[in-house]
Amino acid sequence: MKIKGKIMKVSGPLVVATDLPGVKMYEVVRVGEEGLIGEVVELKGDHVSIQVYEETTGIGPGEIVVATGQPLSVELGPGLVTSIYDGIQRPLEIIKQKVGDYITRGIDLPKINREKKWKFVPQAKKGEKVNAGDVLGEVKETELVMHKIMVPPGVEGTIKNIFEGEFTVEDTIAELSVEGEKQIKKLCMLQHWPVRQARPYRKKLTLEEPLITGTRVIDTFFPIAKGGTACIPGPFGSGKTVVLHQLAKWSDADIIVYVGCGERGNEMTDVLLEFPALKDPLTGESLIKRTILIANTSNMPVAAREASIYTGITLAEYFRDMGYRVALMADSTSRWAEALREMSGRLEEMPGEEGYPAYLASRIASFYERAGKVTCLGSDQRIASLSIVGAVSPPGGDLADPVVQNTLRIVKVFWGLEDRLAYMRHFPAINWLRSYSLYVDNISEYMEKEVAPDFIKMRDEALKILQKVANLEEIVRLVGLEALSSGDRLILEMGKTIKEDFLHQHAFDEVDTYTSLKKQYRMLKIIMKLYYFVQELLDKIPFEQLMELKVREEISKMKFIKEKELNRFEEIEKELEKEIKMKKESLEKESVLSE
Amino acid sequence: MKVKEYRTISGMAGPLIFVEGTEGVKYGEIVEVRLGIAGGSKEKVRTGKVLEVTEDKVLVQLFEGSAGLNLNESRIRFLGKGVELAVSPDMLGRIFDGMGKPIDGGPEIIAEKKLDINGESINPAARNYPNEFIQTGVSAIDGMNTLVRGQKLPIFTGSGLPHNELAAQITRQAKILGKDEKFAVIFAAMGITFEEADYFINDFKKTGAIERAVLFINLANDPAIERLATPRIALTAAEYLAFSQGMHVLVILTDMTNYGEALREVSAARKEIPARRGYPGYMYTDLSTIYERAGRIRGKKGSITQIPILSMPEDDKTHPLPDLTGYITEGQVILSRELYHRGIYPPIDILPSLSRLKEKGIGREKTREDHADVTSQLFASYARGKEVKELAVILGEAALSPVDKLFSRFADIYENEFVKQAEDENRSIENSLDLAWKLLKTLPRQELKRVKDAMAEKYMGKE
Repeated sequence: MKIKGKIMKVSGPLVVATDLPGVKMYEVVRVGEEGLIGEVVELKGDHVSIQVYEETTGIGPGEIVVATGQPLSVELGPGLVTSIYDGIQRPLEIIKQKVGDYITRGIDLPKINREKKWKFVPQAKKGEKVNAGDVLGEVKETELVMHKIMVPPGVEGTIKNIFEGEFTVEDTIAELSVEGEKQIKKLCMLQHWPVRQARPYRKKLTLEEPLITGTRVIDTFFPIAKGGTACIPGPFGSGKTVVLHQLAKWSDADIIVYVGCGERGNEMTDVLLEFPALKDPLTGESLIKRTILIANTSNMPVAAREASIYTGITLAEYFRDMGYRVALMADSTSRWAEALREMSGRLEEMPGEEGYPAYLASRIASFYERAGKVTCLGSDQRIASLSIVGAVSPPGGDLADPVVQNTLRIVKVFWGLEDRLAYMRHFPAINWLRSYSLYVDNISEYMEKEVAPDFIKMRDEALKILQKVANLEEIVRLVGLEALSSGDRLILEMGKTIKEDFLHQHAFDEVDTYTSLKKQYRMLKIIMKLYYFVQELLDKIPFEQLMELKVREEISKMKFIKEKELNRFEEIEKELEKEIKMKKESLEKESVLSE
Repeated sequence: MKVKEYRTISGMAGPLIFVEGTEGVKYGEIVEVRLGIAGGSKEKVRTGKVLEVTEDKVLVQLFEGSAGLNLNESRIRFLGKGVELAVSPDMLGRIFDGMGKPIDGGPEIIAEKKLDINGESINPAARNYPNEFIQTGVSAIDGMNTLVRGQKLPIFTGSGLPHNELAAQITRQAKILGKDEKFAVIFAAMGITFEEADYFINDFKKTGAIERAVLFINLANDPAIERLATPRIALTAAEYLAFSQGMHVLVILTDMTNYGEALREVSAARKEIPARRGYPGYMYTDLSTIYERAGRIRGKKGSITQIPILSMPEDDKTHPLPDLTGYITEGQVILSRELYHRGIYPPIDILPSLSRLKEKGIGREKTREDHADVTSQLFASYARGKEVKELAVILGEAALSPVDKLFSRFADIYENEFVKQAEDENRSIENSLDLAWKLLKTLPRQELKRVKDAMAEKYMGKE
């Protein structure tokens, strides 16, 4: 029997109800005649505070509230990939087909298609004993995703029957006999999981591999590990969203979950329209075939924005549990924090900093802590990872903002965007002096083995040059360029080359948009080689002459070299060596002549 | 349904009214407060909406001021619906007040439909990405920060800057290349002065734009609280014209700062916990329900393009209003006092201005194949020129290298020839791009790293 109560008060997305004995915290309730979806957020005597995920206009005291007995959950099963959902996993594409171009409220649609049949291929056998996390079978969901149907957490038993063939998500695909229970347990592909609870795994592991993103400033200088966390704060117009889109496009993850949390509607449309046309560099398949979108744009109800982050991460964890490398992008966590603040204000809680609730820090921390590299449940001990990248939009670009500060305390990578760089149209506008990555040590072994033994050393050298440039620029501003030694001028010049020819990357150029690790290495290597060669000749040849090397023009164009033509780098290298050799020879000739 | 009338108003504070002993009131419902003999000529009528409702108490926010109302005689009615606007194609050419009542002496609009002014959020899956270039005839916009159909691109300005002139110029000149389609302008004024409103009305009349314009005017001496409804009313009209009538609608909202002030006033009266500078924590969400109503919808002919005008207090772009706006809108055009003082119109500060949708609206078949390269190069060269000029201030012109001197000069001619143009000068995109090449030619080719060889060869020689 369902408990029915009634509304006492309505104030925006907050509804207070009474007569709901036994209702639990975070239980889902249906509010009013239209059955709007809400969640219990506070219990006080017999007063129940509910945050409602839909517009509450037209709802009034006296209307009914029905408790469902369930916490806010997502539906899991084949049909998730390529879908676009709102913050509480309502399928937006289907809503469009059913009710038109605008989102009306009170719509209750299955989150996963119930009619579609999937070809289920069993992996487990009759008579086998299975535990939580064991793979029962597989469904080819898209060309890129093999969806593994797992025994849900908390279930174990012996397989009495397992069926092969075409099934809907609700059809029985296996029957288990559970010890101590008479009844046979029927399993279907569809599963549920409460969003605010992290899905279980066997063990967390140390991170060792980088998440390869194809963005040079990230991969080479401030890498994120698979299973790691990163944040990207910046003022408006500094290119947060473009960086996140780039990551969603090119990261070498098996599954991408992109959460548009309180951001622009057109940006989600962009992803929706652009991704199907883009090809994955590794498989050549369309990128949308590994992507799940959660879109709760800024003008959609604020409470659902708070939930969207959790919906996203739970879907991501589900695919992690299958053994995949999952990456989640959240744009932007500030909007999520603002939604928390708005609800907190309406609950009349005591505010912390800037009006944010005092529990902001712990909420942020527990969200990012759901990332990681793990050994999954299941007897095959598969290893999987879930990486999280969160954009932060601090007011006025001010990094003292509580959301930024609380995020920085927990994440290991910081990509600091700067509007000054964006004004010069230097993209990605990641400031190379302020940003950091604490994963460099974790992944250095991988880089040295997979890319080149001197990769990390070179990266450190290049970063050192950029550091020095910052100091030298100060001096130039005071006393002018002429006061510098030729060694310092070389550093300035090399800093410029690294900035323009390596760090600056065109997201919208067909070739430059993605750079493999191999290519990144070769690009940086040539720049550093140039640096060492010239350094050697500095005291013998005037600086201006050294800077006239023709090969520098080739260097400035190397970002446009296609991935298939990487041997072009050898030619550039040869040319560089040739030119240096010529300089040396003419130097020798001169010295012979002068003698 | 019988409408109940209450005489149980228990308190008033600013625009807020507290009513007791109510029954069956719904959240968000519209109310009417009346004072004086019913139906009499002196009867005062104010409208408002329900902000909070409990079993027997209601908190109402008035759209007009509460001046002249009292506790024991005022009567309040709950109308059982949200605020609605009567729409019809006859709205074109008409002038309304901030609540949508005609003020041009013409007849009331005969409603073809009545629409809730809050609208509903467009399903992101139903949107169509804006990618059609709008030629405004202003080089600094077309060339550098291109406007596209369905975009929301605010003008961030300061008091005393010529934002109205620029907005009027864009309205006059805006067109889609090679197409002749139904076009309308919606102008929503919030708390601006009579002179400013008059400037727009006269400009629209002079050019004949008034025929296809709808004006909603809330002047500085009109109730501040009405401003909360004005942009929503204007956008409801815009949505109707765009998505029911298939028109391409340009919406000008001025001045959004006044809107924000009104929002703060209501929040303060409700004693809410303020976020930054006394503005409510939900201001971002509130602004987004205005700005996000711009866009295009798949399978629909029309579109809504928004140009909100926003004066930055103390020219500070980190002030909560421009800041939150910038996070929602698709770029911004920033006006600079310094440029204006140097006699440059339009004084568009190129470097911090941005159009996020530019990439999708330019290039071959849209503007010209060299557009992206040219824009990128102009940005880079101008930025370098400005940097060099700063250096010259400290070290003196003489300390600059010959190349730096060229860049310094480039920054000057760029501002004076490319950015600057007359108020009635309508430059085609080809003219703007050709002009850009002409200016870029003053710099050595090897310094122009952002233009591809093929483009340079093709267009550099061209005058």
